[in-house]
Amino acid sequence: MNLVRLAWKNSIKRPLNLVMSVVLFGLGAGLISFLFLINHQLKEKFDRNLAEIDLVVGAKGSPLQLILCSMYHIDNPTGNIPIEQAKPLLRDGHPLIKKAIPLSLGDNYKSFRIVGTNKDILALYGAQLADGKLWEKDFEVVIGKAVADETGLVLGSTFHSSHGFADDEDLAHDHLSFQVTGILNESGTVLDQLILTNTASIWLVHDHNEPADTALVTTPTDSSHLHHAHGEDHSHDNSNADLLNHPDKEITSVLVQYRSRTNFQALNFGRNINENTDLQAASPAIEINRLYSMMGVGTDALQSLAILIALVSAFSIFLSLLKSMRERKYELALIRVMGARRGELFRLIILEGLFLALIGWLFGTLLSHASMEWMASYLKDDFRYQFTGWIWLDEEIWILLVSLLLGVLAAILPAIQAAKTDIHTTLAEK
Amino acid sequence: MVTTSNLAYTYPLGKQLLFPDISCSAKEMLLVLGTSGVGKTTLLHLLGGLLTAQQGEIKIGSTNLASLRGSDADRFRGKHIGIVFQQHHFVEALNVLENCLLAQSLAGNKPEKEKAMALLERLNMGPKAYASVKNLSQGEKQRAAIARALVNQPGLILADEPTSALDDQNCDEVLSLLQEQAIAAGAALIVVTHDNRLKDKIANRVILEKV
Repeated sequence: MNLVRLAWKNSIKRPLNLVMSVVLFGLGAGLISFLFLINHQLKEKFDRNLAEIDLVVGAKGSPLQLILCSMYHIDNPTGNIPIEQAKPLLRDGHPLIKKAIPLSLGDNYKSFRIVGTNKDILALYGAQLADGKLWEKDFEVVIGKAVADETGLVLGSTFHSSHGFADDEDLAHDHLSFQVTGILNESGTVLDQLILTNTASIWLVHDHNEPADTALVTTPTDSSHLHHAHGEDHSHDNSNADLLNHPDKEITSVLVQYRSRTNFQALNFGRNINENTDLQAASPAIEINRLYSMMGVGTDALQSLAILIALVSAFSIFLSLLKSMRERKYELALIRVMGARRGELFRLIILEGLFLALIGWLFGTLLSHASMEWMASYLKDDFRYQFTGWIWLDEEIWILLVSLLLGVLAAILPAIQAAKTDIHTTLAEK
Repeated sequence: MVTTSNLAYTYPLGKQLLFPDISCSAKEMLLVLGTSGVGKTTLLHLLGGLLTAQQGEIKIGSTNLASLRGSDADRFRGKHIGIVFQQHHFVEALNVLENCLLAQSLAGNKPEKEKAMALLERLNMGPKAYASVKNLSQGEKQRAAIARALVNQPGLILADEPTSALDDQNCDEVLSLLQEQAIAAGAALIVVTHDNRLKDKIANRVILEKV
């Protein structure tokens, strides 16, 4: 029965004090840890999906929306653009552009987006086929790992898409069906969540019997309701060159990778598009930083609140220790009668502060990880990204250290008071 | 063996108490009797090393307790002196056995569970070793307090008003219990009290009087 064990028992044998200090302290530490967890994972998702894309070109509108839609597949498109206008980007041999990847959105299967694109997109995100082969013909699709896991689609499965981005049976395109020809490895990028096919399939799906009041994408201003002339050549080979054969058709956006990021002309490329064409060019780096700083305001407010809670809880540890000093006056004197030095009483109370902080931190950490895990399912519905509560961040060590420091600070005055205990007067006053 | 000589204590406000020389050998019992206000508690605290005398000597074995300061006095007190207070305070977060083990550890001794258990058995407290100190009866508290005072096998046991709150029958029982245990531990026993019933039961006595 040494001082450490005595301090531990003292801490846990006062349930009311314990619960009060620990719940408050846990809330503060937990909220901070939760913010770290969610920020870390959001940033990680955003960063991983940057995929060295330098520019996204699409219809005029909010640049952030264009980025969120085309790179993260969260928001709706700003509209569609005619291939005619995107021609300069899609043509081979553009002096500034290394890769241009067209995206056509508008359909989903069980709320996983179906994206009409070309095969370069795999290399862009570093994804590889786990099984099967890439799409060759119209209506052949390659699905991401998460899609396969969640929908139960396997190689050879067929399915009907439904219109828009939310799963809605009333809007199902049941006249045509897609077939799964390949499944991707898990890449940790947005490709896990996508169903990839060629651009023409998206056109074809919307070609027949489309209700007149629905547009290709959900924005009402969209004018992409296209009709394939009967008898037109249906063999699409997926290449950008092939797209150029259909200048009257539309796509949603183009992901652009420069040959050289530092090229002076490349730096002005986006601005030129914005000023001189009907298209919009948005830089992912700029928009995502803008998003971070917008989120940052909310995060900062929450963080200040968490710090305030932590300070209040440190104060409550201080008060509860101070109160227990009074209740334990005789006990402390007795401990000294049994041979304890003044310094040992001081250490005893400091240890009790440490234990309260430690238990509070543990409680808070558990709380934050559990609620992160619990929230992950909701976040998945909103963002369609996987989040988890069961990761450990290095930052949490700092939360622990600061918690312990607060515990010590809260205990210093009570500990000094304990060390000053006068055995004679305490025991003589009975 | 405990002896004092020319022991005096001066309060911060200037009031001085002079104590008669006392002496008590191992396995013997000494009664210090006096009405309230004559300095009984002060003498007990001086003998127990809870107060430091400005003048005089308190020899316990070969050590002059009155000359020890700070942590030396703390350790000496823990190791060589066992005190049974009138009111039985314990470390409430601990059970009976743990209170005894804490006493061993704070005295700088290695906590020996077997030794503490044997002592509790001797005091008929074996079945209560793991009970919370809050749930003990008055008599059990007294025996637990005696166990804690004896667990380091001190050379001196001090008892502060051990009987004043008890009826005649319990008074006799507690006194013989203390005596028995002091003899078993080979310690000198000094009982400080105003309880006149003890006068006829202990031959060896010192009476404190108002100066």
